[in-house]
Amino acid sequence: MKLLRPLVIFLGLILLWQLLVWVSGAPPYILPGPARVALALAERWRELIGHAGVTLAEILLGLLLGGLLGMLSALVIAWFRPARLWLMPVLVASQAIPVFALAPILVLWLGYGMASKVAMATLIIYFPVTAAFFDGLRRTEPGWLDLARTMGGSPYRVLRHIRIPAALPALTSGLRVATAVAPIGAVVGEWVGSSAGLGYIMLQENARMRIDVVFAALLLLAVFAVMLYYAVDWALRRALPWQAEDDAERR
Amino acid sequence: MPTAAIVRRPNRPRRPESAGPAQELLGEGALLTQSPAIRSAADPAPAVDVKAARLAYRGELLFDDLDLALPAGRTTCLLGPSGVGKSSLLRLIAGLAEGARGHVGDTAGAAVQGRIAYMAQDDLLLPWATVLGNVMLGPRLRGEPADAQTRARAMELLARVGLAASAAARPDRLSGGMRQRAALARTLMEQRPIVLMDEPFSSLDAITRYELQNMAAGLLAGRTVLLVTHDPLEALRLGHRILVMAGRPARLDQALEPAGIPPRDPSDPDLLAHQAELLKHLARAHAGSAERGGAAP
Repeated sequence: MKLLRPLVIFLGLILLWQLLVWVSGAPPYILPGPARVALALAERWRELIGHAGVTLAEILLGLLLGGLLGMLSALVIAWFRPARLWLMPVLVASQAIPVFALAPILVLWLGYGMASKVAMATLIIYFPVTAAFFDGLRRTEPGWLDLARTMGGSPYRVLRHIRIPAALPALTSGLRVATAVAPIGAVVGEWVGSSAGLGYIMLQENARMRIDVVFAALLLLAVFAVMLYYAVDWALRRALPWQAEDDAERR
Repeated sequence: MPTAAIVRRPNRPRRPESAGPAQELLGEGALLTQSPAIRSAADPAPAVDVKAARLAYRGELLFDDLDLALPAGRTTCLLGPSGVGKSSLLRLIAGLAEGARGHVGDTAGAAVQGRIAYMAQDDLLLPWATVLGNVMLGPRLRGEPADAQTRARAMELLARVGLAASAAARPDRLSGGMRQRAALARTLMEQRPIVLMDEPFSSLDAITRYELQNMAAGLLAGRTVLLVTHDPLEALRLGHRILVMAGRPARLDQALEPAGIPPRDPSDPDLLAHQAELLKHLARAHAGSAERGGAAP
């Protein structure tokens, strides 16, 4: 049943797609059917998978950088009160700027290569990770802090042994959000200016009216994003076993 | 204190055979205070004096100019209706009450900070750490080396509370009673001469509570203990001295000193008579505070 359900959903979606093609009577250069896309995927597999690898690398690097920077920022603003008072408003205000609007500038500064896409993914990930982790660090169970106080714990050790572990569940939900949005950053970056990646392929083939290849690239992107999400989710669950069981109970 | 433990034996009630593993170690209870791991910290248990305690909460005085004396090496039970300020008074001694004022010190006037161990109603076990890790939390937070000696002491304490087999388990594997026993071991690990307990057993079922009361009485003998509870029977079983806190602003009155050495047998007629008396007293206090809260100016 656990495997059957996604399979049924997948086949159902394909069927719906095919139905839409039949009913609408759209030409293949507007809406290609599943068979055409599968063919395009098979024909251009080597090329597509190479570009998918580039996009995946951008996403992973962005996740790594954005995650690390976000965690570091959260620790700094949780630890230093002045940092919280001065940086928090700046951080929140920075979210008013759509990251996509920055894409052309990033490409201008960092070039057509991977760096500008990694920067995009990093920027888009940074805030959710920072906000989630900081929130977790701020909301330590007061009883634990009371206990730590009567035990005579130093602020640094309380942070290390109580506040950080207690904030990890919040951090993981931030990282899950980050994993879900990271591909957006990378692909938007590729659209604005690139020489490789699934976004690049989609743009090129779109111009050539090879919509079946565009769909094939899209399909690959979706598969990679879903796989990445589940891999991260699995890893986080394994890293915090006590939390995983809490989640299971709530379900 | 060893004498206390020895005299305690005849007082211990007969127990049913089926009451679980906790019962077996209660049998060793008489020897517990002899163990180097259990014996209270290097300095002897001091008496604690609280003077002119005052706490206002949302513009209302919970207590004002309140004095409380905890005799050295004895268990004082603080009984009273919920919301009367028992916990706040305990937290004031622990140095945790924000907004509360008052002087807390031992009879020589020295501060009690750093000589207190605290145990709350919630076991406050860290869910990511093992039971052993939780017991060794204090040393870790103070940056003391986690050497073999510390581990051995923690393991011995876990054995005393019947959790040696669960040392490597995470707290979510434990029952409520086991969790509270782990919390008790963590409290003892601190080796503090003063122990403050805020309704530590009130979330447990009757049998588990009974077992834990026996265990705690044995393990905490010789320390200056303040036990906040709303259960008259618990106070009568464990307290050398029982105080009732009631009214608003709250007063402390009727220092009851039941005969015998804790943990007392709950079927003792004296204890039952005291329980009835305490219940009546609490009911009166409750009615009194309701009246005052209602119509009176």
